[in-house]
Amino acid sequence: MSEHRIHRHPVLAVPDRQAVSFTWNGQPLQGYAGEPITSALVANGIQVFGHHPKDGSPQGIFCANGQCSQCLVIADGRPVKGCMTPLCAGMQVESVEGLPQLPADDAPVSRQPIDTIDIDVLVIGAGPAGLSAAIELGKCSIPTLLIDDKDRLGGKLVLQTHKFFGSVADSHAGTRGFRIGERLAEEVEALPSVKVWLNTTAVGVFADQVVGAVTGNRYRLIRPKKLMIATGAREKMLSFPGNTLPGVYGAGAFQTLVNRDLVRSSERVLIVGGGNVGLIAGYHAIQAGIEVAALIEALPEVGGYKVHADKLRRLGVPIFTGHTIVAAEGDQRVESATIARLDEKWQVVPGTHRTYAVDTVLVAVGLSEVNEFAVKARQFGMDVFTAGDAREIAEASAAMFAGRIEGFKIARSLGVDLGEMPADWETKAAILKSKPGKTVSEHPPEAETGVFPVFHCIQEVPCNPCTSVCPIEAIHTESDLLTGLPYRDDSKECTGCLACVAVCPGLAITLVDYRKDPDHPLVTLPYEVWRERVEVGQMVAVTDREGEVLGSFPVTRIRTKKDYPGTLLVQVRLHRAIAKRAAGIRLQEPALEPPFVYENAPLPDEAVVCRCERVTAGEIRAVIRAGVRDINQLKALTRAGMGACGSKTCRPMIWRIFQEEGIDAGEVTDRVDRPLFVEVPMGTLAGVEGGECQ
Amino acid sequence: MKNYDAIVVGAGSIGVPTALALGAAGLRTLVLDMRPSPGQGDNKHAIGGIRATHSAPAKIVACERSLQIFSTWQETYGDDIEWQKGGYIFPVYRETEETVLKGYLPVQQQYGLNIAWVGPEEIAAAVPGINRIDLRGGTIAPDDGSASPLLAINAFYRRACALGVVFRFKEKVSRLMVEADRVVGAVTDQGEYRAPVVIDAAGAFSGELARSTGCAIPVMPESHEAGITEPVAMFCPAMVVDLRPAPGSKNYYFYQNRHGQIVFCITPDPPILGTDTRSTSVFLPQCCSRMIDLMPRLKNIRVRRVWRGTYPMTSDGSPLVGANREIGGLIHATGMCGQGFMLGPGIGEVVARLATGSITSDDQMILAAFSPYRDLTCQEEALK
Repeated sequence: MSEHRIHRHPVLAVPDRQAVSFTWNGQPLQGYAGEPITSALVANGIQVFGHHPKDGSPQGIFCANGQCSQCLVIADGRPVKGCMTPLCAGMQVESVEGLPQLPADDAPVSRQPIDTIDIDVLVIGAGPAGLSAAIELGKCSIPTLLIDDKDRLGGKLVLQTHKFFGSVADSHAGTRGFRIGERLAEEVEALPSVKVWLNTTAVGVFADQVVGAVTGNRYRLIRPKKLMIATGAREKMLSFPGNTLPGVYGAGAFQTLVNRDLVRSSERVLIVGGGNVGLIAGYHAIQAGIEVAALIEALPEVGGYKVHADKLRRLGVPIFTGHTIVAAEGDQRVESATIARLDEKWQVVPGTHRTYAVDTVLVAVGLSEVNEFAVKARQFGMDVFTAGDAREIAEASAAMFAGRIEGFKIARSLGVDLGEMPADWETKAAILKSKPGKTVSEHPPEAETGVFPVFHCIQEVPCNPCTSVCPIEAIHTESDLLTGLPYRDDSKECTGCLACVAVCPGLAITLVDYRKDPDHPLVTLPYEVWRERVEVGQMVAVTDREGEVLGSFPVTRIRTKKDYPGTLLVQVRLHRAIAKRAAGIRLQEPALEPPFVYENAPLPDEAVVCRCERVTAGEIRAVIRAGVRDINQLKALTRAGMGACGSKTCRPMIWRIFQEEGIDAGEVTDRVDRPLFVEVPMGTLAGVEGGECQ
Repeated sequence: MKNYDAIVVGAGSIGVPTALALGAAGLRTLVLDMRPSPGQGDNKHAIGGIRATHSAPAKIVACERSLQIFSTWQETYGDDIEWQKGGYIFPVYRETEETVLKGYLPVQQQYGLNIAWVGPEEIAAAVPGINRIDLRGGTIAPDDGSASPLLAINAFYRRACALGVVFRFKEKVSRLMVEADRVVGAVTDQGEYRAPVVIDAAGAFSGELARSTGCAIPVMPESHEAGITEPVAMFCPAMVVDLRPAPGSKNYYFYQNRHGQIVFCITPDPPILGTDTRSTSVFLPQCCSRMIDLMPRLKNIRVRRVWRGTYPMTSDGSPLVGANREIGGLIHATGMCGQGFMLGPGIGEVVARLATGSITSDDQMILAAFSPYRDLTCQEEALK
């Protein structure tokens, strides 16, 4: 199984895990105890988990987050979500071909009554927002229950190998995401009034102001005085022919496989979407030794931070703006993907189709709030607070601060005398949510003597770690704003300590040292990919900020700073003409132009919109054209949204088809959402005992 | 103001098939509903069972006609409404239920129902995995079945439209227009419509509608919850009804639909009055426990979704169908007590014949039994 495992990683530690045997359709395989079944399968090169009962199409990993049910497998006779079910030694796992057989397990059962737990505050979701809220509540000794469906605290922080932007004082900027998760988790665990239930999925909220939650095989009802929803976001999907093929999935799912489960799930990926999620996924792919064929973005510019895009470009990843994915092709899984250019009216330009041989298409076209709990709980008259992506999609740094604010508000609403909230909190929270600002042209320092940092940071984003690490306090942001661009106070003499180079989340600071040879200064570049590919004496391709190769030069020295072991500080000697332009080291060779031009774009009517029930865009369009304006009726007629996920994936796409058909949103009635939000075995709901790994 | 031959208030389980029957009889018919599309009231809350296994002759006869319509719909009109002839099975574990069910067999058979009492072996064969401890036997009515309420009402709606019936959605009837003790039309939040005949198919809202004419209609909504699972390979297409009471509930019932999903429902005891349709936390543990005690293998099937709907109840558990004696031209077809979906097509035809003055002898029997002016203090119908 080594071929699809990550055995070493430039940033993440690879833990020792207990290997266990299991079977897949009778074939003996090895996996790790406790890892999700699907990760064990992918690590064994198995990407197809079964075939859909409606059309026999193959199904594979999609959300890797317990939401979509595309990863249904049979484990020891029971249908389960593979991405949420831990692998046990000796487990017999089978693919689901059509409808699963319900095992004829007819022995009478014993049942326990379902407990109801009363608590002051229930926090759903232990990501950056939920953890921060729980910390505020715990500091006030408020009885708080924090639940999360994963096996560890941290939420999506667990997946983030990059250093965070944001504010050093308020959101751990400059620290890698997974480390921030660990720190917040430690803080929570030290608070005696905060109880944590992991592996616990909130499955519904009910009119009697009770939340149903499942831990393993145990169902419990929780009746909180205050409900804090920090359930994060889910990934938006695109409708295109081939979008249900195994190998088309979300960038977040990819990060889960690669960074949490350390599975090398792909050889070569195409990334669709140039927001921060897509850009970071590309970076994560390269860190995991996976090639990125290209990243495409429909808009004329990438929407994510420029420093993230530049990092990718410097590593040799082509970024095509104004492009869309036309189709994914393959028999049982993705074998290629076709992209094409869009004109200013968002129409595909004929003759611009290009097909890349890739095994994976990562969709990163945005996130939507996981807000069904909040919406329902409010309808049911509960006292609901929300923070993080569940409230508004933004960076994790903003979620942390928002969680803190909401925690404070909840504590106060429970009568804890905390006085007024500090006046600047709301302002800080707003700044952390800022979208990337304008890009300015770079003005490198004119001096060519001494030693100093060069800032390749030319777009305003909320970020300030460089200002906090300078031992001589020479780095500031414009007007001292979190979103201001950094500059150096020339009156203070730089010591060349490299702290700013090592801390910068955007890898956008270099150090240029003219002291030994003013014509051939030493330039130190930050580098976070494969350590063994960079050695002293080795020739490396040095690029400018946006990835243009300036030439190949030998590495003269490699250092790391104690706090940032994953960031190599690679020194090269460059001619003075290019020293201040140098910003990074290219890793992969630029992809060759694909040889094959794909001329016949399939009809978008074939594209699946509702994955659960395999309902196509064409079927939905036909019903809309027949006059249907009520999504409930549309659902009744087509089954779109009736599947396991409860329309979590198709809803935005259905709305988009109404829009494409020129129908005013005001005319359309939205669907009614009902519990459960996640499927739960009847036995669990009835209090039947057992069913876990022995 | 537009003139019609008949106005139907409510585009639900009763309103749509009634409009279809009126359209087929050649009446220019208007249907008014406050919701945005057909069946968005309590029709979509029905779990889809269709049975003639009742104890009252009027219901047996009405539902036999409904069964005929549901079971032949696809071959007649082409739309798949997911009809499934799965039968209705009442497994019996106690003498009480055995006595009750055996007591109804003569009248059921007299009115043409294909039903028989069978022993435990036959019940266990038809309901795989059923708990055999104390199983005494039960009744099987193989010609009963199920269909998708969602697809059926849309099929009836399309057929009604093809017959010229006009539907106006998102229009709430605020009152009925009455002149000289005769109904002459309906007023909505958007306009007035005239017709000499108005059919009250407003279900849980019939009481409110009747009050606008100064009459009282004794329909009291109460709520029931239901759920649906993930699909699994077909193993139990029959509707299984367990009549035994338990703390907090009376009977419960479930079947596997054409997609392989188990659809299930329970009757709370005491009843939960009102029109609140927000799901509660009580339902799932209560209903799943009883189902697993009956059929342990269900412990491994996963519940996908739950919902709660209203039964427009009458005090004796039978519908209110017939002409209003105080207001000429007003016909009630309401108070279906949770059986609107299965009664709809049959009752719709009876109402159309009543509106056109062409009732049959069977209709007379049904209208007598369901008369809004019958003695409503009688005991509740046993197989309600």
